[in-house]
Amino acid sequence: MIKFIAKRLGSGVMVLFVVSVLTFTLLYTSSGSIAQNILGDQATPEQVAAKEHELGLDQPLFVRYFSWLGDALGGNLGASWFTNEPVANSLATRIPVTMTMVFAAMILIAICAALIGVAAAVKRGWVDRVVQVGAIIGDSIPGYVIGVFLVTILAIQLGLFPATSTISPGVGPEVWVVSMTLPVIALLINGVTGGAQQIRSAVIKQLERDYVRTLRSRGIGEREILFKHVLRSAAPAGLTVLSLQLIGMLGGVVIIEQIFALPGMGPLAVAATGQTDLPVVMGVVMYTVVVVIVVNLLVDIVNGWLNPKVRVS
Amino acid sequence: MSDSVDTAAVSVATGQTGTVVRSTVMRRLLKNPLGIAALLILGTIALLAILAPVLAPFEENFANISKTLAAPDFTNILGTDSAGRDNWSRLLFGAQLTLLSALLCAGVAIAIGLPAGLIAGYYAGKFEAVSNWIVSILMSLPGLIVLLTIRAAFGPSVWISMIAFGILISPSYFRLTRAAVQSVRNELYVDAARVSGLSDLSIIARHIFSVVRAPIIIQTAAIAGVAIAIQSGLEFLGLGDPTKATWGVMLSEGFKNVYLTPTLLLWPALAMALTIGGLVLLGNAIRDALEDGEKIKHRKKRAAVSATGAATAGTRTTAEPAKARQSRKAVAAVESGTEHHLVKVTGLGVGYPQADGSIKKVVDDVSFHVDRGEILGIVGESGSGKSQTAFSILGLLPDNARIVAGSIQFDGHYTVAPEDEKVSQERLTKLRGKRISYIPQEPMSNLDPAFTIGYQLVTPMVRVLGISKAEARQRALKLLTDVGIVNPERTFDAYPHEVSGGMAQRVLIAGAISCEPDLVIADEPTTALDVTVQADVLDLLRELQQRLNIGVVLVTHNFGVVADLCDRVAVMQNGRLVEEGTVREILRNPKEKYTQTLLGSMLEGKEPMTMLVSPPEGPVAHGETAHHATAEKEPVA
Repeated sequence: MIKFIAKRLGSGVMVLFVVSVLTFTLLYTSSGSIAQNILGDQATPEQVAAKEHELGLDQPLFVRYFSWLGDALGGNLGASWFTNEPVANSLATRIPVTMTMVFAAMILIAICAALIGVAAAVKRGWVDRVVQVGAIIGDSIPGYVIGVFLVTILAIQLGLFPATSTISPGVGPEVWVVSMTLPVIALLINGVTGGAQQIRSAVIKQLERDYVRTLRSRGIGEREILFKHVLRSAAPAGLTVLSLQLIGMLGGVVIIEQIFALPGMGPLAVAATGQTDLPVVMGVVMYTVVVVIVVNLLVDIVNGWLNPKVRVS
Repeated sequence: MSDSVDTAAVSVATGQTGTVVRSTVMRRLLKNPLGIAALLILGTIALLAILAPVLAPFEENFANISKTLAAPDFTNILGTDSAGRDNWSRLLFGAQLTLLSALLCAGVAIAIGLPAGLIAGYYAGKFEAVSNWIVSILMSLPGLIVLLTIRAAFGPSVWISMIAFGILISPSYFRLTRAAVQSVRNELYVDAARVSGLSDLSIIARHIFSVVRAPIIIQTAAIAGVAIAIQSGLEFLGLGDPTKATWGVMLSEGFKNVYLTPTLLLWPALAMALTIGGLVLLGNAIRDALEDGEKIKHRKKRAAVSATGAATAGTRTTAEPAKARQSRKAVAAVESGTEHHLVKVTGLGVGYPQADGSIKKVVDDVSFHVDRGEILGIVGESGSGKSQTAFSILGLLPDNARIVAGSIQFDGHYTVAPEDEKVSQERLTKLRGKRISYIPQEPMSNLDPAFTIGYQLVTPMVRVLGISKAEARQRALKLLTDVGIVNPERTFDAYPHEVSGGMAQRVLIAGAISCEPDLVIADEPTTALDVTVQADVLDLLRELQQRLNIGVVLVTHNFGVVADLCDRVAVMQNGRLVEEGTVREILRNPKEKYTQTLLGSMLEGKEPMTMLVSPPEGPVAHGETAHHATAEKEPVA
């Protein structure tokens, strides 16, 4: 098991490295004249050259990459070209907002999707049909469109929630709850409809396995078969579904934060992208990939633990 | 495959094995209202997009600044936005861009994922390992974050971002293609093509491509939807091409003016939901059409079987009698004079409801009985209904199965009374495990891989016999010794994947007798085993049966097993009982032609009827069922 975890951890670090190389190369070789872009059209060639030297852009790419990597390993992700704020600091103040929302949505998705999906698989009938139709509707409407309509109807027309967040440093938890209710709902609807349907199929697949029939023939009760055997075997598939949803949500939350004016990663990423503020973009990508790798690692560990072939060896 | 596996396939009906001809799928798609709706929606949107230059009254960026945020009128049928641009025109040009970008994205994804998946699935090896690694990286990148990066690097271009997203999402085609190819790579017809000298390229083109075609269409519908959602999201964030009219930009425009003209939101949102919804529905409808095809194939197979069989085997509507059956709750007493039979099946009929309301019978008018200490063999070819009969006794038929006729009594009480429509789970739950038990065909798939063998032996004893865990453990170890396992402690603590198939079958036999049943239903208990192990398992069964004086129903297709083990034998064909008698009688002097054919096919040109001798061709390949092996060897011999 320890060997298994070490292997997964190693491959996670490898992925992180490869993604950082690719992103760095992509960003710094394709963005045109970065210094010109920062200084504006009025800048003289001398000013541009000076700026390029200041940013280290006159050095070869791999030198720049390894200097970035060295700094990054020490926790320094550089500073924004436009605000001079250290990227690590901006991320640190914004990550709590984004992650609170993402994890609140994920926990709710896990609970709702599992309950609904298992109920649909076991009871079939109308629950099942509702899940099927719900999945089609959920797939048809992008999460951010749901967000836009939630704001328009519940916040602006009916005034039940604030249309934009009032989260700022030092506010109490009740402000967070009020500000985050609608964004979290917008984030989780697609996840619940899609997740429930996939968990349903995973459970049905297990219910049709041969060993379930044999357990029945041995006089084991339906409840015990479902909770002890079927759900355990369906869990890896369910976890994989949830981890894929989390990866998607890290992108979706960017738009949701923009809609609700939440001070999370989203507005930072969008502004940096629009301005070609490469250190910030690089920082956002790295942070996202780290989150994904950690989540995938956790899923692998739980799945490995559920699978005796991995656990025993 | 046994008929039990067939019924499982009916309910699961995978859409991925389809060699279904496209035209029939298309026809079925057009019969499905949802399929028609999806095609109509998408067709209309595509038509509007193509005709946009003709239909749009204004250029996409033409702005009438004296008429901003106007309500719909004759000039601007959907009103204007905050810059005085015509919403209807922008919606049409937006459709154009949206559909083209979705096509581009899916095209790029297919161009990368399909060949890579074909190669990885067909040749495996290093290419597959490298591809898997790339896939795992691509799949751990959130789409929107990647597109933000691409936007930062290359500037605002719909086409570049859609190419990038196509690359990012290509693993979905890769995985789908690879899985489909792997599933057919070792199929006989692909082998045959290879042997007959076809090049790999033409095999891929002819045999494998036909398998992946349908799943790819389904996947494309889904991916086009995702591409539209993410592209419009990027535009909504203001990171799209500002010179283009797109639904995302229109949505963002509406959101900025949500206090003044919230209806601006409605049109792009509606367009998006209709397009993506149309794609989702289309994908679902194609999947349904493919699955129907699978189901119909199975139905046809059954229909063919019953057509050649007895005259009365066929469909019958039971909607009305079904109600009458259910209303009778009281359990009738069994016919007097038959109480002494351990199990007695009388005129049993089992059927499956079909889409058209009829019921297809798989077991028809089957009667037999088994007494204590007696082994009854039920023999027949695949699809003869023998497993269905056995599962009726156990009460473990699939959920959609119906008892359409007859009764089953166990030890003088009905488990299926003459008018019952379903097996009474209430009555059988008390019997299963305790008095009736089951030895399955395939040892490995019948043990839960997540639990130790010991746990799976102990729990039923604790639940059924109410003994303590420690006591159950002692009994389990003794049972493992009894079934010939040399080191019972080690097997007790092992997980199913740590033991061999023969060992697993011994474990399942131990489980079947653990609660001292009166009746054991053995469904092809030796079929999945190596020939040498088969002999041991049969010896074991006989020894246990004699020692414990239990009744056994042994389902098999193998007369060798019957001759070796059974007292009496019932021959089944096409769901009906053809002949029944003592083994000696039937083997020496089969009356029915079918039995003679069955015996003849077993004996012709072979060693005397016993499976205990390895066939001259060499041992049966592990994992391959003996039935398959014989079926395939026949034409060669």
